[in-house]
Amino acid sequence: MVAVKVKRRRFRLRKLTFSKIMLYLFLAMMVVFCGLPLFAMVCRSLMPLDELYLYPPRLIVQKPTLRNFSDLLTSLSSSTVPFTRYIFNSVFTTVVTCVASIIVCCLGAYGLVKHKPAGSNIIFGIVVAALSFSVHVTQIPNYLVVNSLGLVNTYLALIIPKIAVAYNFFLVKQFCEQLPDSILEAARIDGAKELRIFWTIAMPLLQPAWTTLAVFSFVNNWNDYFSPLIFIQSNALKTLPLALQTLSGGAGVVARSGAVGAATFLTTLPAILVFAFMRGKVMETMSYSGIKS
Amino acid sequence: MTAIAQKKAKKGMKAWLKKNAVGYAFLMPFLVLFAVFVIVPVAVAMYYSLTNYNMIQKPDFVGLSNYAQLILDDDVFLISLQNTLLLAVVTGPLGYFASFIMAWIITLVKRGRGFFSLAFYAPSLTSGVAMSTIWLILFSGDRYGYINNLLLRLGIIMEPILWTKDADFVLPVIMIITVWMSMGNGFLSFLAGFQNIDPSMYEAGRVDGIKNKWQELRLITIPLMKPQMLFGAINSIVGAFAVFDVATAVAGMPSPNYAAHTIVAHLYDYAFTRFNMGYASAVAMVLFLITFFLGRLCMRMFRDDT
Repeated sequence: MVAVKVKRRRFRLRKLTFSKIMLYLFLAMMVVFCGLPLFAMVCRSLMPLDELYLYPPRLIVQKPTLRNFSDLLTSLSSSTVPFTRYIFNSVFTTVVTCVASIIVCCLGAYGLVKHKPAGSNIIFGIVVAALSFSVHVTQIPNYLVVNSLGLVNTYLALIIPKIAVAYNFFLVKQFCEQLPDSILEAARIDGAKELRIFWTIAMPLLQPAWTTLAVFSFVNNWNDYFSPLIFIQSNALKTLPLALQTLSGGAGVVARSGAVGAATFLTTLPAILVFAFMRGKVMETMSYSGIKS
Repeated sequence: MTAIAQKKAKKGMKAWLKKNAVGYAFLMPFLVLFAVFVIVPVAVAMYYSLTNYNMIQKPDFVGLSNYAQLILDDDVFLISLQNTLLLAVVTGPLGYFASFIMAWIITLVKRGRGFFSLAFYAPSLTSGVAMSTIWLILFSGDRYGYINNLLLRLGIIMEPILWTKDADFVLPVIMIITVWMSMGNGFLSFLAGFQNIDPSMYEAGRVDGIKNKWQELRLITIPLMKPQMLFGAINSIVGAFAVFDVATAVAGMPSPNYAAHTIVAHLYDYAFTRFNMGYASAVAMVLFLITFFLGRLCMRMFRDDT
């Protein structure tokens, strides 16, 4: 009897390890598939010129150098627009859009959940419906609005249309639902003004939600290609994705490989870093991301 | 109306305002921007799609003729529609299920959760345009291309393949890149959903006779994850039908034989290179109707019965 028990247990243990091995093997394969292009990107940005044109092509860099980065940031400055300007454009428009979107969406979602003005359900219903709108659908009328405001070819054209985003509002609203009313009530009894309650009590409690929103908003705006493509004409106002495409010469051009590699690295890295640092907060908020239909 | 009734109505109005004013004040900035840049534009695009409009002259109402032209006369649109549907049908579900399975596996694993979730999500954080410079090198059409080189060395092909210039290969290449980038759609939402399920549910399931992880997934996890699955599905659909950046960056615009032409590329072409806003709006409305209809369908499929 005892022997049978032991045997069974051992069998289970072995089965567990086998499935565990398979699990890790599968995970390793997925990591390779996901990571290989990123690994290639890092290597190519560090390759000296002769390695970039080696035959047969090498994936792993032999003599890493920062030459490509210094080329990109210094020698290209002799051209009309220095590369640092593109970095500034991207950082500036992305950060301003992020901050504005956080404030506007948190204000709105908080007002909707905690003050429930008449028509809240309809408003939220429209926001949920808007989750399935592709940004490209609204792009033509947006262009006409931005154009009539005289904002084409300005930073504002890249910022204003992307502040009120259904996705952002939705996330904060879901998170807001679980804020206890009692704390807000207590502040109200103490005579605090509504805006003050929002700013000093609700916003700190909503921190995981708006940090998440900051990450998503940063990633989306940083990588956005369509808006600058239609709104920006002058070289000096281009953001990184657009500038990178100009630099690489589009499809099929192989010139300036080293600088392009460095530029690709600089364009890709910030979004990944932002996410890596904020992962915990993001996960906390995503717990509330479900849509109940 | 008597004076009293009037007074009463006024009082009611005042009370209503007092009750709702704070909420509306909080909502105002969002509502104004949301209306101007999201809701009204959809209505406006709907109207423009029924007109001829070149931004110089006033819109000229032409009824459904833009749509008729799209379907009957515009071969390039039909190609773009076909390409977009193909891309969406392949990459949407693939990305969606990949992120679901990965999120499930990662919650089963005890060590390295943070690393695996970052590694798996990183592609979704990249810019399609930036990464396509790397993809163009990997899929380069000569012997220097990493993939050609590998296949040649393994003896699978005899001649290098013009991955991004040959109309037969360019769409599959874009599919691979799109899947790579879209596997993270819904991933975070799923991951959070899995981690939030109360472990006692699984214990109860085991008591009720659930034998393995598959049954657990089918009978306990998925029903509890419906809201997250809906959120992920809607994001996947919107993403899958909006392929543009990668397609133009990899295949150029116009692509060889329009093999990588998508609906958004067609929209961009008519709206912002030809400034034929009426016709482009009709293209936008087709895209809108597809994603909106599929979104509704998902809402119905994932209806929470509990």
